[in-house]
Amino acid sequence: MTLSFQAAVAGRGVDVALTVRPGETVALMGPNGAGKSTLLATIAGLLRPDSGRAELNGRTLFDLDGGKRTWVPPHHRGTALLAQEPLLFPHLSVADNVAFGPRSAGVAKGEAKEQAMRWLADVEADHLAGRRPAELSGGQAQRVAVARALAADPELLLLDEPLAALDIHSAPLLRRLFKRVLAGRQAVIITHDVLDALMLADRVVILENGRIAEEGPTRAVLERPRSSFAAGLAGLNFVPGTLDGGGVRTSEGMKVSGHDEEAGQLPSPGGPGVAVFPPSAVSVFLNDAHGSPRNSFPVTITDLEPHGDLIRVRAGSLAADITPAASADLGLVPGMTVHFVVKAAAVSVYGT
Amino acid sequence: MIGKQDGLQRRTTPAPRTQAPGYSGIPGWVRALAVLAAVVVVLPLLAMVLRVDWAQFVPLVTSEPSLTALGLSLRTSAASTLLCIVLGVPLALVLARDTFRLQGLLRSLVLLPLVLPPVVGGIALLYTFGRQGLLGRTLDVLGLQIAFSTTAVVLAQTFVALPFLVVSLEGALRTSGSRYEAVAATLGARPGTVFRRVTLPLVLPGLASGAVLSFARSLGEFGATLTFAGSLQGVTRTLPLEIYLQRETDPDAAVALSLVLVAVAVAVVALAYRSPAGARSGSAQRTTARAPAGRTVR
Repeated sequence: MTLSFQAAVAGRGVDVALTVRPGETVALMGPNGAGKSTLLATIAGLLRPDSGRAELNGRTLFDLDGGKRTWVPPHHRGTALLAQEPLLFPHLSVADNVAFGPRSAGVAKGEAKEQAMRWLADVEADHLAGRRPAELSGGQAQRVAVARALAADPELLLLDEPLAALDIHSAPLLRRLFKRVLAGRQAVIITHDVLDALMLADRVVILENGRIAEEGPTRAVLERPRSSFAAGLAGLNFVPGTLDGGGVRTSEGMKVSGHDEEAGQLPSPGGPGVAVFPPSAVSVFLNDAHGSPRNSFPVTITDLEPHGDLIRVRAGSLAADITPAASADLGLVPGMTVHFVVKAAAVSVYGT
Repeated sequence: MIGKQDGLQRRTTPAPRTQAPGYSGIPGWVRALAVLAAVVVVLPLLAMVLRVDWAQFVPLVTSEPSLTALGLSLRTSAASTLLCIVLGVPLALVLARDTFRLQGLLRSLVLLPLVLPPVVGGIALLYTFGRQGLLGRTLDVLGLQIAFSTTAVVLAQTFVALPFLVVSLEGALRTSGSRYEAVAATLGARPGTVFRRVTLPLVLPGLASGAVLSFARSLGEFGATLTFAGSLQGVTRTLPLEIYLQRETDPDAAVALSLVLVAVAVAVVALAYRSPAGARSGSAQRTTARAPAGRTVR
């Protein structure tokens, strides 16, 4: 009961190997254009990769390696796709939409209708059965789309940003629904929301430029990010470089000192490593307040923005959170050169 | 607990949008030319209506040759429209959804009858299905003689009308996109099921207006029919041919029959472009991915 997947799509610069274990939900995250949707389309059979092979629960989905040309069409894959837009068939009623999967599988009309009503009840949309898709709100339509996908009895559920098109009011309701239906179900979900990853997924895979930049249990990835994208999701400052004693030296020659919480694991100097620290640990000074064991970097402020009840000071890829009062005292404006100061004790350093 | 709150923000079906009165930005001379354009189309029709001998209208129109020609026209046009649907839907689908070599060339060739003089089409058909034609001898052996028969009328009409259906439908298919089909496939529907339950219903408005246009074109077909099928009363003499023939002997009858054809054409156009939305965006763009439901031409 496993999806093992490896494929390369040269035209889109995608080359990824992925495994989804039985009952596991994997969150696929990454910047726009990283190849997330391409990956899903390849698994669903809507896009033919240049090479690779995939197996779902012992069945071959495709095998294009070594001159082989095995290709199972989408309707024989058992991989239902749920997109950002519900894409309910506009000419069919809600009930007929949900019955579409069972009907396509050869279930008799009456029985398919019964199954549809059961799935609609499961997503608490049975009262909408007689409506046309045009008469539904965005949240209602997406709930019906969930019922339709589940009614097709897929072995693997593919979700492409299913919450992205919803307003802030319906998204939490849908998220709860997904938490319930995804429990114990094999699924891949594309999301931009760290909350979705935490709530819905067992494991997160970060995709950057068509390659897997990092993967692991959701909490571990967010706590010890090894890619700048994951650090951004976790809201952490991320300084990549080479390990150098108790710190990281960047390619520009800047050194960030820190410590490794997992003692005894600090890899040998010279290897690639990162220094990670939260913006709340950063103080802002007008002058160089250097003093061991502090890190101080001269930076140019690019942006100031409200962040909760604090001010987030952005300087390139780094950020500091300070109080509005402190910001006013220092007279901070974009373009100003200041010093970001962070204690070495607040900086995590680890190899990547 | 889920269903209760989001009922509040139910999306209502969009009301037909009416243009608010306001600044149009049309220069005066453009308006004047637009009026002139309308005159070019309407004035000849008006002139013809003024020439109708109303006292004799009913007897002229209901004369035996007239009714025979009208009946033949309606029957052959219906048959050729059916043939256009049976052959044109697959062709439009292949042109819109498939990618293959020489696809552009195929599309251009299929659309050729739109710009070709019908008499040229008739000659081409004659050298295909006629006695001395490409397939003529083979058909002769099988005991089939197509040229100068009612079948020839239907073939000539199909030849000239097919592009109308293909163009309308291909446009509708491109506009509606293939995302619904992709979803249907991942839900387990085989290609035949997707075609029957998703593709066809979604492009029904485009198919309907394409079929109506094909019917209208078949009804008016003259040149190819005359060349390929001749003018035998009750067999190949359709209404346009009858009108042309009557013009020499009885101009009043020709005018009266012309009016009948105009009436049929007006009815057909009204049927195809019934809604203001359809008249604005043309036949091909009537289906959009999001709201095809309300605009169906039945």
